[in-house]
Amino acid sequence: MSPEYSASLRRKIDEVAARYPKKRAALLPVLHLVQREVGWIAPDEERFVAQVLGLKPIKVREVVTFYTMFLRRPLGKYHLQVCSNLTCSLLGAGPLLNYLQQKLGVGVGETTADGRFTLSTVECLGACEQAPCLMVNFDYHGELDRDKVDRILESLE
Amino acid sequence: MDEKVLTQHFGLEGLYRIEVYRKKGGYKSAEKALKQMTPAAVLDEVKRASLRGRGGAGFPAGVKWGFVPQNVPKPRYLCVNADEGEPGTFKDRYLINHNPHLLLEGTIIASYAVGIHTAFIYVRGEYEAVALRLEGAVAEAYEKGYLGKNILGSGFDLDATVHRGAGGYICGEETALLESLEGKRGYPRLKPPFPASVGLFQCPTVINNVETLSNIPFIIQNGAEWFIKKGLPKDGGTRIFGVSGMVNKPGIYELPLGTNLRTIIFDHAGGMKDGKKLKAVIPGGMSAPILRADEIDLPMDFDSLASAGSMLGSAAVIVIDSETSILDVLKTVAKFYSHESCGQCTPCRIGTAWISKIVERLARGKGERDDIDAIIRLASNIKGKTLCPLGDAAALPILSICQKFRQELEGDLPRA
Repeated sequence: MSPEYSASLRRKIDEVAARYPKKRAALLPVLHLVQREVGWIAPDEERFVAQVLGLKPIKVREVVTFYTMFLRRPLGKYHLQVCSNLTCSLLGAGPLLNYLQQKLGVGVGETTADGRFTLSTVECLGACEQAPCLMVNFDYHGELDRDKVDRILESLE
Repeated sequence: MDEKVLTQHFGLEGLYRIEVYRKKGGYKSAEKALKQMTPAAVLDEVKRASLRGRGGAGFPAGVKWGFVPQNVPKPRYLCVNADEGEPGTFKDRYLINHNPHLLLEGTIIASYAVGIHTAFIYVRGEYEAVALRLEGAVAEAYEKGYLGKNILGSGFDLDATVHRGAGGYICGEETALLESLEGKRGYPRLKPPFPASVGLFQCPTVINNVETLSNIPFIIQNGAEWFIKKGLPKDGGTRIFGVSGMVNKPGIYELPLGTNLRTIIFDHAGGMKDGKKLKAVIPGGMSAPILRADEIDLPMDFDSLASAGSMLGSAAVIVIDSETSILDVLKTVAKFYSHESCGQCTPCRIGTAWISKIVERLARGKGERDDIDAIIRLASNIKGKTLCPLGDAAALPILSICQKFRQELEGDLPRA
């Protein structure tokens, strides 16, 4: 077992796994915990998770590649995910995304050279009453316009 | 007119905390069910209340519970579907953020009625704040004896666990949710067998939406007849409509089932934003076939929407103005389903991708004369030919847009 994972992560994994009648059911929660500590899920993390849950590594790979939130490469410190679904598009998500690309100097899916920001689009976040909206890591921001986006980015400097 | 039930105390500071919830009569229904009623009596009350599922399909909740076999030597499970992902829908986020104990109380009563001792609440991965709110409520409920062993001295046990998804629209489909909860890809299962007999870990399972379960305490407290009076005879209770798009007051509106769609948009949601003109409405989440502006004089209930060729779905109303290009709407819809198709069934995997590519080409001004017919042909070949409802959810809105707005779409095409 790889030694670089913290004792608290291992303890949390054991706690979570104990809640399910079958260990494999803890796979998504455990991947969330590991990603929180490491930042993304590399093949090493897949093997680690497979080992602690008693699974073949391929069973972990299958899941990591299916769900959009499991990251298979490191991202910037702040992950900006702009909703590109219908309500947000109706209310200006497209121009907002263009603005962010211009301002950050990156395209969708790219990370700024200083490693601070990764820009992505995302399907409906379930915050349509605040459209257009985006997520910064796990924080929701809504009713966006250019000024508000500027203020959010400044607060993250 | 104060018809609100589920959202009646939403303005109350700290309602999410158990002591505030209890001050408002919270957990009285669970106490009544567990101490004064038999499971069969609870089931009967819910059946008579005509509570239809609030997730989208509208299946009567009591009937669903009744399908769970009681004579098999296996554990039974309850899965709460909080994987809110239908575009336009955000009501469950409000329900859990404001009143998580109402959902837990409904969960306790449902579990008691069906003889369930383990519940999982599947919250979509992006809703981290929602999951944390719910985990806090679960901890409070354990501490005060509403979860765990021998609840309220009734002898009934129930454990509840909040489980987070990880991004994937398909996991809102009930059998995909079960696969996902088991730690697998969210691939929908072939039905039958239905989850009521073969569900989570191959055991009998009930899957209910957040809003569905949040209604249960009120049915137990006030009775089935009261609940039906809040809505319609075949469709009891209120509904939380989520209105978004080009309106002045986007948000959630809890109204009786059967409220007119025009009233919802123009009275409750404050009418069109910036004085714009209405072009179209998607009445029940993105999967619902689109309605033209002249088709919105409709009572919002399951049967009326079905008669109008659309569906009530998740009651998410998306309002589109006349300045929005219908091609842009079609592009967003097509891209979404192409992205979210799980890939198991060929018609859906290939069909949604082809449609999305054709629509992209149209949007670039490179459309070909028979593109609209090609889209209609492809969508028709998805409809009814997939394991799960995602195929229809993709095909039906795309078909309705092509049929109802053909002229506008063809305006972008080269002439003969």
